[in-house]
Amino acid sequence: MALTVADKRALRTGISVGIAVAAYGVSFGALSVAAGLDIWQTCFLSLVLFSGGSQFAVIGILASGGAAAGVPAIVSSTFLGLRNGIYSMRVAPIVGGGPWWRRIAAAQITIDESTAVAIAQEEPSAQKVGFWATGIAIYIGWNVATFAGALLGNLIGDVSQFGLDAVAAAAFVGLLWPRLKQLQASVVAMVSAVLAAVLIPVSAPGVPVLAAAVVALVFGLTNWLHREPPSGPYSHGVQPDDSPDPGDTPSFHPEHGEGTR
Amino acid sequence: MNLWPIIIIASVLAFALKYTGYLVPQRFLEKPRFTRVTNLLTVAMLAALVAVQTLGAGQDVVLDARVPAVLVAAGLFALRVPFIIVVAAAGIVAVVLRQLGWMA
Repeated sequence: MALTVADKRALRTGISVGIAVAAYGVSFGALSVAAGLDIWQTCFLSLVLFSGGSQFAVIGILASGGAAAGVPAIVSSTFLGLRNGIYSMRVAPIVGGGPWWRRIAAAQITIDESTAVAIAQEEPSAQKVGFWATGIAIYIGWNVATFAGALLGNLIGDVSQFGLDAVAAAAFVGLLWPRLKQLQASVVAMVSAVLAAVLIPVSAPGVPVLAAAVVALVFGLTNWLHREPPSGPYSHGVQPDDSPDPGDTPSFHPEHGEGTR
Repeated sequence: MNLWPIIIIASVLAFALKYTGYLVPQRFLEKPRFTRVTNLLTVAMLAALVAVQTLGAGQDVVLDARVPAVLVAAGLFALRVPFIIVVAAAGIVAVVLRQLGWMA
């Protein structure tokens, strides 16, 4: 297949985003093992679940409550994964038809970055190249890095000795940060964090995180504190360009034309 | 304790959500309330996870070296420092404070 100039640019963007994101699959692997998962369980999450926010949520909640916190771990992961479904709706026309296995492969790599790179391209063929290049680069890199991180994590015994507990907290800050551009989101984040903190001593592990879903529902359904975003091609719907997943790429913001690094 | 069922169920559901998006009609994207709730769900869950990971120790709320580490991380993210460097810095802050015996 002959690649146009725009296709090649999309390919380069995809691969560079992929490499940047993959680098911190290492932190996921190490934290997962520290949370009590074995290497195979850790790799399974990256191979099959493959969505950074959800993966970090699963291991974070299992770390605090073990198997007893299984239900909140699953529900939290699923709530966080809902946006991938919306990305799928967005990129479905880009991916187009084709055999069933192609749609399965496309679904599996439909995450923040592949969606963001795809919709940042102008020409349809470049959108397609951007989607696949980013998705495949991250999928391979994230899984290799996860495995390496899990091996590394196995060598580390005590979590707090290497500050891994602080690393876990910082990882969530990094996933959250790019999403706090609007007042409504910032207020939801603040209320959710306070509510969760208040609930820690009085509820079972995992429940404080689940309770935050109520905050999102209240604000989302009433649209309280909403301000009209500046109009633009991405002003409606989920904004993948703001979303770090499996990891954050802070300098990657296609809506500002900074997509090429 | 066996974690496999949890891991498998969470993974299958995650894939199902991704795949479902390819099957449902595009007009769902036109419903702002639907996409807004989804966006805010992500924000709310991540913020709650920040709180729990920073302050929780089992069912106790503890102020230890994680708190300054997270504050440093937030500052670095605001300066657009790359993720992997920030999380490493957070770990180092916690380790140093503990080594110095200033915080648990």
